[in-house]
Parts: sequence; structure tokens; C-alpha cells
Amino acid sequence: MTGVDLAFWFFGTLAVVTSVLVITNRNPVASVLFLVIAFFSLAALFVTLHSHFLAAIQVLVYAGAIMVLFLFVVMLLNLGQPQWFDVQARPLVIVAAALGAAFVGLLWKGGLLEWTPTVTGPAAGVPEDVLGSVEAIGSALYTVYYLPFIATALLLLIAMVGAVVIARRER
Amino acid sequence: MENLLWVVPALPLVGVAFNGLLGRRAGKGVVAFVGPGVVGAAFAVAIALFVHLVGLPAGERELHQTVYEWLVGGGFGAPVAFLVDPLSMTMVLVVTGVGFLIHVYSVGYMHDEDERGFARYFTYLNLFTFAMLLLVMADNFLLMFVGWEGVGLCSYLLIGFWFADRDNAEAGKKAFIVNRIGDFGFLIGIFLVFSTFGSVAFADVLPAAGAALTVGGTLAFWIALFLFLGAVGKSAQIPLYVWLPDAMAGPTPVSALIHAATMVTAGVYMVARLHPIYQMAPSALAIVAGIGAATALFAATIGLVQNDIKKVLAYSTISQLGYMFLGVGVAAFTAGIFHLVTHAFFKALLFLGAGSVIHALHGQQDMRYMGGLKSGMPITYWTMLAATLAISGIPPFAGFFSKDDILWRTWDAGHPLLWAIGFVTAGLTAVYMFRLFFLTFHGKFRGTDEQAEHVHESPPSMAVPLAVLGVLSLIGGWIGIPAALGDPLGGLGNAFEGWLAPVFERGEVAGELHPAVPPIEYGLMAASVAIATLGLLAAWWLYVRNQRLPEELSLRFRAAYTVLRNKYWIDEAYTLFVVRPFNALSAFAWRVVDDGLIDGLAVMGTGRLVRFGSGVASRWETGYVPGYVLVFFGGALAILAYYLLG
Amino acid sequence: MTLAVGPGHYLFLSAILFTIGTVGVLTRRNAIIIFMSIEIMLNAANLAFVTFAAAIGDLAGFVMVLLVIAVAAAEAAVGLAIIVAMFRHRQTVDVGAFNVMRG
Repeated sequence: MTGVDLAFWFFGTLAVVTSVLVITNRNPVASVLFLVIAFFSLAALFVTLHSHFLAAIQVLVYAGAIMVLFLFVVMLLNLGQPQWFDVQARPLVIVAAALGAAFVGLLWKGGLLEWTPTVTGPAAGVPEDVLGSVEAIGSALYTVYYLPFIATALLLLIAMVGAVVIARRER
Repeated sequence: MENLLWVVPALPLVGVAFNGLLGRRAGKGVVAFVGPGVVGAAFAVAIALFVHLVGLPAGERELHQTVYEWLVGGGFGAPVAFLVDPLSMTMVLVVTGVGFLIHVYSVGYMHDEDERGFARYFTYLNLFTFAMLLLVMADNFLLMFVGWEGVGLCSYLLIGFWFADRDNAEAGKKAFIVNRIGDFGFLIGIFLVFSTFGSVAFADVLPAAGAALTVGGTLAFWIALFLFLGAVGKSAQIPLYVWLPDAMAGPTPVSALIHAATMVTAGVYMVARLHPIYQMAPSALAIVAGIGAATALFAATIGLVQNDIKKVLAYSTISQLGYMFLGVGVAAFTAGIFHLVTHAFFKALLFLGAGSVIHALHGQQDMRYMGGLKSGMPITYWTMLAATLAISGIPPFAGFFSKDDILWRTWDAGHPLLWAIGFVTAGLTAVYMFRLFFLTFHGKFRGTDEQAEHVHESPPSMAVPLAVLGVLSLIGGWIGIPAALGDPLGGLGNAFEGWLAPVFERGEVAGELHPAVPPIEYGLMAASVAIATLGLLAAWWLYVRNQRLPEELSLRFRAAYTVLRNKYWIDEAYTLFVVRPFNALSAFAWRVVDDGLIDGLAVMGTGRLVRFGSGVASRWETGYVPGYVLVFFGGALAILAYYLLG
Repeated sequence: MTLAVGPGHYLFLSAILFTIGTVGVLTRRNAIIIFMSIEIMLNAANLAFVTFAAAIGDLAGFVMVLLVIAVAAAEAAVGLAIIVAMFRHRQTVDVGAFNVMRG
């Protein structure tokens, strides 16, 4: 078991535990904080996959910006305390948990754990630390995938305007 | 000249557009000028065409012009194309000439209408002229049918011109519906023609009739008969004549133009135009002749006892149309068309004269309240006299020549029975026409004093057309003086027969242009003059000399009188045997089939079913988002399970 | 079960996280918590993308993760704005209260 494997087990377990806490905790503020930990764990997992750049983005955008926004809204709407309506009726909870277990069980039985690549991509053979580098992703983003990139920029603009319009107090 | 054919129908169409769109704003003065003006211009063009046509050698008198490829599909084609040969030229001259006079007359007759009614009236009248010209100038069945329907529409519009009165509107509807029955037959005939000849152009069908049909064959018989059904409807023959007497509800000039001079003769024109087909079906021709003769006698007997001046003329028209069908039915097409022309002159004049009388009496149409109008209305009196003499068949007036031509041809073709019917009808014609004449103009005035004071001669716009038609009623027949009477006008001979000969050369036996005159022709001629004179004298005896006698006669022959007064109860029979059952059937189709089955079961049922189904289906739509997610997730799981386990 | 880690382990972790997110969406009625569950699901997907990209050697997976993060940011902004607007209308973030689309 290498260091990378150890990191996977540690951060994988951490991500699963904190995610479970996110959906089980009755206090929204606590949920948000657990989610931040889960996102940090995922960032660490990205590092184990040699994509340092994405790990950085993950921390900056998710753990930083988005989660702050969540926390802000929770505070704004004064939802810091557990709410009476918070959890669904017990039968639905049981059904949902059963479905989730069945889903994971199916994938387990289907042999997802033993999956190995059967095809090779265009960048196969490139050293792993080069593959996930800023340079590689950046050149792909600005050359091959420039149209989706521009579309994303537009999407962000529209979302910005939309968020302002929707959240604005009606006059 | 050939390229000018389109101008003739186009001119009235211009009038329609102007009077219909701008007539109300332009005012009565302008409409009174434009309405008759366009028809007059069309008449002028027609004259020019006629002169051109006469200038051509007899065999080449045929002009064609294709204006527009109207319908084209595969091997089928029906262009807007015009054909002018001596036959349609004759019709065009009658339609535009007599039409023009009646348009002019209408200006005077309709002057009491407001701007709106006046413009509407001339719009319809111009539209009628356009449609009639389309009918007679068409060079294929389909365009002819367009004109055929067009004149029917205008007839409907003009009969119901004063539609505020319910009776007038009903009369219009009756005319339209009865005509539809005939048009249905006409349409079937066209279908048969197309399926037989593969074309609807006269130029393709008529010359090929001899080759494609066998003489006396079933197909020829049915084609001819169905086409004739159209003629029966349009030309008011037994059994579809019932609409014409009611059509008198329209303004009198309309009766003169549409229901006497032009539209109702369309059937005769059609049979004459399609004579190569009828030649192939002798039994159909016999039916045409039989129905013509029967109608002539039948309508004349009803005309004897009518009191409404226009109704007498209406039955007279039906009777005269019967003569024309008798003529074409015995393959004497020239004679039939000849009578059509002279009838257009004198019958239009009779209607216009009657209109003049009605006008003078402020709408009074019942002859029992007329009389003695001779002194007050000299022009009307003398022109009416000319027309009455003409229709009665007194030489040398127009009607004598044409009617005698038909009777002689009937005898000559070997139909003594039909001749006898025509002969008797000629006598009856003289009786009822002079009855009308004497009741209206002679004796003492029987209306109110107020009316008596207002009796006046009509204005020039009405009097001039009367005078022109009066002259035509006198001399109109001289274009067809039979060879038996020699050549009194010097060189004219039987110009009409010679003029139409190229058209009918296939129809009438060759060499008949100058046949030897058998002595019996003189005998028959003398007989018909004699019976007409006898009728005249009888009318004089009954309605001038012994004015009590008609009443005594009606009492003595009460049964016959009642039958005639009630017009053989034909209208009542139609109501009982056709209208009522049809209404019942319609009510069944409406209430049970339409309301019950189609609306109730099919339409509303579909709606209810969808509504019910939607109600059931919408239970799933809880609007609760986690529920949707659950179903979605379950579905995804099922698909995954199918692939991994299945 | 061996402790040696291959791409299959990452993918299975991704599947577990995705399931946790889904169960969260199904079991909670607080709109904000549901929203957070959706973020977990998005991240699970991201993890799968990165795993595939690294295993096969295809930059498309990395680029896709970037785009997903951008979309998630946009979605968070708009979604939270919607929650604020709904809260203003009904004074609650209970998704059970928002059922005007009921059939």
C-alpha cells in the first residue's frame, strides 16, 4: 500500500462520512460546514489523481465561493435552527435508503470495483503529472474546447443577471 | 380582332368592380352612367366582332382566344378561353344588346332606390352580364359551368333584391335550390363527358362525338340526358319550372333580363351548342322535344287564368321556352335559336312594358285593378301591342317567323302530335297575351282614383328602350324569313339560317338551306296564322266585348277553372312529396345524426373521454418534487438492474 | 478485498457519494439541504470524470470538470436566488409547501 493509496482510503472515508453527516444533521449550519470538509476531501482526491489544478479550483470555487454563498443564505433566511418539517415521513426515508443501498449494491455486484480502462484516449502515454497540469488543461480549453468555454462564460453572465432579477425585492 | 374577345366579358366586370367598390360613394348619377355604359361598350365591341366575323368566309367564322391557363393537372386542362362562332356571336349580341337596353331602362325604373341599393343593383346586373357572357363565350364545359353557376347566383341575388320582405328572400332561395338540382345533372353530364372524351374543351369533344359515341347508345343517351337536366333547371321546364313564377319577386327589369331574355335561354343555347352529342342520342332528343312541347302547353293553360301581370308573363316565358326546346328537340337548332332571339326582343319588351305599367300604378301588379291605360301611356301601349302581336305569331311580327319555323320543322321531322300541341299552344298564347293586353290597356280603369290621377308615361330612360325593342319586335324576325315566302327584302333571304349554318352543318341535313317548298308548308303557315287570329278575337270577345262572359265561363267550368287557378297544385305537390320528406330527413340528419351521433357521441364523447382520462392521469402529478425524484431514481435503478443483472 | 487502489475504487467512491446525495434529496424537505445534496451529486460526477480522464488519458474529462464547476457556480447563484424569492413568498423553505404545479 503506497502513500497515494493511503491518501485515497483516508480522504475517501472522510468524504463519505462528512457527506452522510451533511444529509443527516438537523442543523443547516453544521451541514454546510460538513460539506466544506467533504469538498476539501474531494480536492485531496483530485491531487491523488495528479490533477493539481482542478484541486485548486475545487477549493477556490466550491469550498470557498459556493459554500460561503450557502452559509450566507442560511444566515440571511435565519434558518440556523432545526426546522419542524426538516425530514420526510419515515416510510419515504426507508424507501429512499433502501433504493440507495440497492443502487450501491448493484454497482458492487456489477463489478465496478474491478474496472480497468479498455480504451485509450488521445493523451494516453503522457506522464501523469503533465496530464493534469495547468498547461495541458489550459491549452485544451482554449483550443479544442473553446466553444463550450465561451458558452460557459455566457452562462455565467446570464446566471448573474438571473440571480439578481429573481432575488430582487418586488416593487 | 381575335385578341379582343376578352374585352367583351371584361367590360361588365369592370362595372362590377366600380359599382361594387365605389358605387355608394360615387353617387347615383355616376352609377347610372357606368352601369349601362360598360354593357353598352361591350355591345359596341360585340358589334365590331360581328362585323369582323361577317367579313370572314363562312367556313372560317370561328375565333378563339386563350386568356389564362386556369386549371392544369396532368392530361387535364381547363383554360379561361373564349370561342366566338356564329352561335355564340348571336348570343353575345342578344345578351349585350338587350342587356344594354334593360340596363338603361333600369336607371329609370330603380330611381327611387337610395345610393346603396342603386349601386348594389347595378353591381349585380353587371355581374350577371359578365357571367352570362362567360357562359355563352366559354370554349369548354368547365368555364361554361362557371358562367352557368354565376348567372344562377346573380338570379338569386336579384330575385331577393328586396330581401327585407321575407317572401322575396324565399323566392330567391327557391330559385337557387331548384336550379341546384339541374346543375347537379349538368355536372354529372360534364363528368361523363370527361370520362368519355378525356377532355372538357368543346374543340376536343364536339368533333369527336361522332366517333366516340354510337348513335342511340346508352352512354350518349345518359350524357345528353344529364346535360339536359341542367337545361331543365335553368330554363324552367317541367318538372323544374316552379321557381320561375316565384322569381317575379325581383325588380321587373331583372325579370326582363334574366328570367325572360337571357339566363333562362341558357339551356336552349347549351343544347344547341352541344348538338353533336344530342345528334348521337335520338331518344334523348325526343325527350327534349317532348318535355318542350308539354311545358309549352302546360304553362300556357296556367297563364290563361293568372291575374298578376308578371305571373302571366312568367308562365308565358316558360311556355315559349318550351317552344325553343321543341325546336332543338326535333334537331331544328337554327329554329330554336331563332326563337330564342326573337323571344328575347318581345318578351323583354313585354316585361319592360309591364314594368312601366307597374311603375305608373306604384307597384300594382294585379290586372283586375288595371284597365284603360291606353290613353295615359301611349308609348307603353303601342310597344306592348307590337310585342303582343309578335308573341302571338301574327305576321309580319318577329314571333311569327320563329314560331312558325319551329312548328314547320316539327311537322317536317315527322312529329304531327308535337306539332298539334305546339299549334294549340299558339292559339292559347294569343288568348292569354291579348287577355293581358286588353285587361291592362282597354276598358275602364278599375284601380283607385288616386292611382288614376298619377298614371303617367314613363321617363325617357324607360321609354326609349321600349321603343327600340318595339321596333325589334316588328322587324326582328325578318332576318329569318323562310324560303317559302320568297325573298321580300331583296337579297336578305333566310340570313339567319345561312349565318348559323356553319355551326350546325353537322346537325341539320345538308342541302336543307334551300329545300323545295312542299305545299303543306303554306297550309301549316296559314293554319297557325288563323289560330293566332282566332285567339286574338277570342280574347277581344271575352275581355272587351262581353266582359261578364269570363266570369260566367269560370262558373260553368268550375272544375277546370279551379285546377288552372291553382296551377295544377304542382307547388303543393312538391311541398307534400319533396319538401316535407326532405325537411324530415334533414331534421333527422340534424337532430339524430349530427347533434346525437357526431356532436354528442363523437365530438363531445372524445372530449369527455380525454377529460376523464386526464383526471385519472393527473393524480400522478402531485406537484411534489421529491416524489418525482423518487420515481426518477427508481426508474434509473431499474434500467441499471436490467443491464447489470439481465 | 485488497487495499491496493485502482480506478475502480475511485469510481465506486464516486457512486457512493452520488447515492448519498440522492438519498439526501429524497429524505430532506429543507430546500437548502436538498440543494447541498445536489452539490454532493455534482462532485461525485466530477470525481468520476477526473478518474476516467486520468485512467484513459483524455483531457476532455478535466475540461468537463471545469465546466461542471462553472455550471455549479451558476446554478448555486440562481438556485439560492430562487430559494430567497420563495422564502419571501411563503416564509418557508419547505419543499412540501411548493406544490402549485399539482395536477
